[in-house]
Amino acid sequence: MIIIKILFGFLTVVAIFSALMMITSKNPVYSVLWLIVTFFSISGHYILLNAQFLAIVNIIVYAGAIMVLFLFVIMLMNLNKETEPQKNRWIKMIGAIAGGCLLLVLVAALKDVGLKKQVAMVNGGDIGLIKNLGKELFSTYVVPFEISSILFLSAMVGAVVIGKKE
Amino acid sequence: MYLLVIDWIFLLEKFILVGFIVTLSLIIAMYTTYAERKVAAWLQDRRGPNRAGPFGILQPLADGGKLFFKEEIIPLASSKFLFILGPSLAMITALLTSAVIPWGGTLHIFGKDVSLQIADINIGILYIFGVVSLGVYGIMIGGWASNNKFSLIAAIRGASQMISYELAMGLSLLAVLMLTGTLQMSGIVGNQIQGSNVWHVIYQPIGFFIFFVCALAECNRTPFDLPEAENELNFGYHQEYSSMKLGFYLFAEYINMFISSAVMATLFFGGYDILPFVDETKWGLSGNMLTILGFCALMAKTFFFLFVFIWIRWTIPRFRYDQLMNLGWKKLIPLALANMIITAAVVLWLNK
Repeated sequence: MIIIKILFGFLTVVAIFSALMMITSKNPVYSVLWLIVTFFSISGHYILLNAQFLAIVNIIVYAGAIMVLFLFVIMLMNLNKETEPQKNRWIKMIGAIAGGCLLLVLVAALKDVGLKKQVAMVNGGDIGLIKNLGKELFSTYVVPFEISSILFLSAMVGAVVIGKKE
Repeated sequence: MYLLVIDWIFLLEKFILVGFIVTLSLIIAMYTTYAERKVAAWLQDRRGPNRAGPFGILQPLADGGKLFFKEEIIPLASSKFLFILGPSLAMITALLTSAVIPWGGTLHIFGKDVSLQIADINIGILYIFGVVSLGVYGIMIGGWASNNKFSLIAAIRGASQMISYELAMGLSLLAVLMLTGTLQMSGIVGNQIQGSNVWHVIYQPIGFFIFFVCALAECNRTPFDLPEAENELNFGYHQEYSSMKLGFYLFAEYINMFISSAVMATLFFGGYDILPFVDETKWGLSGNMLTILGFCALMAKTFFFLFVFIWIRWTIPRFRYDQLMNLGWKKLIPLALANMIITAAVVLWLNK
């Protein structure tokens, strides 16, 4: 068990450190790269929980596709720190207060949820393996699954429509 | 041998295997450069490299030595950390994929069964996709960090090309997954060996074709080598690189070629299966002998694909960029979708 604890500690430190670096680094390209490191450490956590499918999909979708698009946009717009407009101090403070309010609401909402008593099953359990997950998704949760796929389809159609508009 | 609840012998076994496979891919990539020059010379009626050693066999070593001894130049206006990170990422992602490929059956050494696969994970194919999708970063980061317009354009071209062709690649693989019903690489090979021993290429010729074209595009090989189109972009995304950092970029391309050839052999041509339609266990050979022969068979298939890669490079001219995107989005993806739907229908029909 001790090796899992060491791995968990290491991954957690990496995740928190890279998330902080993502927020604090001046250059947006570095921010994106730190965010990718965060995704990798979170995938590591998923693997510790034996949720291999979730781990790899997290990497394929977020690190492999979405972050590439972010990097694309940032590189093409050439957002360097010299050209970045200095934001007003008041706007920064308002932003911090708004974010803090969101955090407060989330903590208040999650405080009384029964999740606290559930202990995560480390390195055991097989619901995260692709066969069981697929069975679960296509039997118990088939309606929400299909509805979310329709949502994605409509988002794709919307993107094409916006792209086509001259 | 338990310390810190780790099985150290198991760890040692895996480390030896990893070392062996990484060394093997490096050596094969090295000699693919030699093969490329020799095949090019043969196709163009020249002699090719023939000075270093007999038949020029030491040429890759001479090239490597030259690259190591050249001056390392890091441009002043570049971001230094990212400039170094680019080639390292390209190299790492090229080598990572080899972890899930089954390089052979099981060897029986010292009373232990040793599987010739580093990690037989539940999500084998998805892991390959994950690593392939990360391959973009090596090119993008290197191209951007060089702080050069040509490099940036080439990097963005390369990245958009790789993203586009990943889609068709994934769709063509879905049809194979429907036949096997598993994502495990060993399961996919096992599915081709057991029973009547039919390789997937016989059921999925179109799927294989799409996968092959996409592999060409993912490796940035001709006819899809737009990121390094010399006449438009000088030298492409590695224009500012010198010495071994340039070497890593060029080398990563050859490792990618080797690994994608091995993946194609595994998914469509039976992996370490020696002959189709033949039950090898009836030959009366010992288990270890069969495993070694199977490994050689996989290597032979891989070398054949490497030859086809090189052959195509010196035969077909480069696409234009709009032709490349048209082929990817308007031809290969619909074709892959149709292939997938037909396969699904046939599988459903036969199972009833």
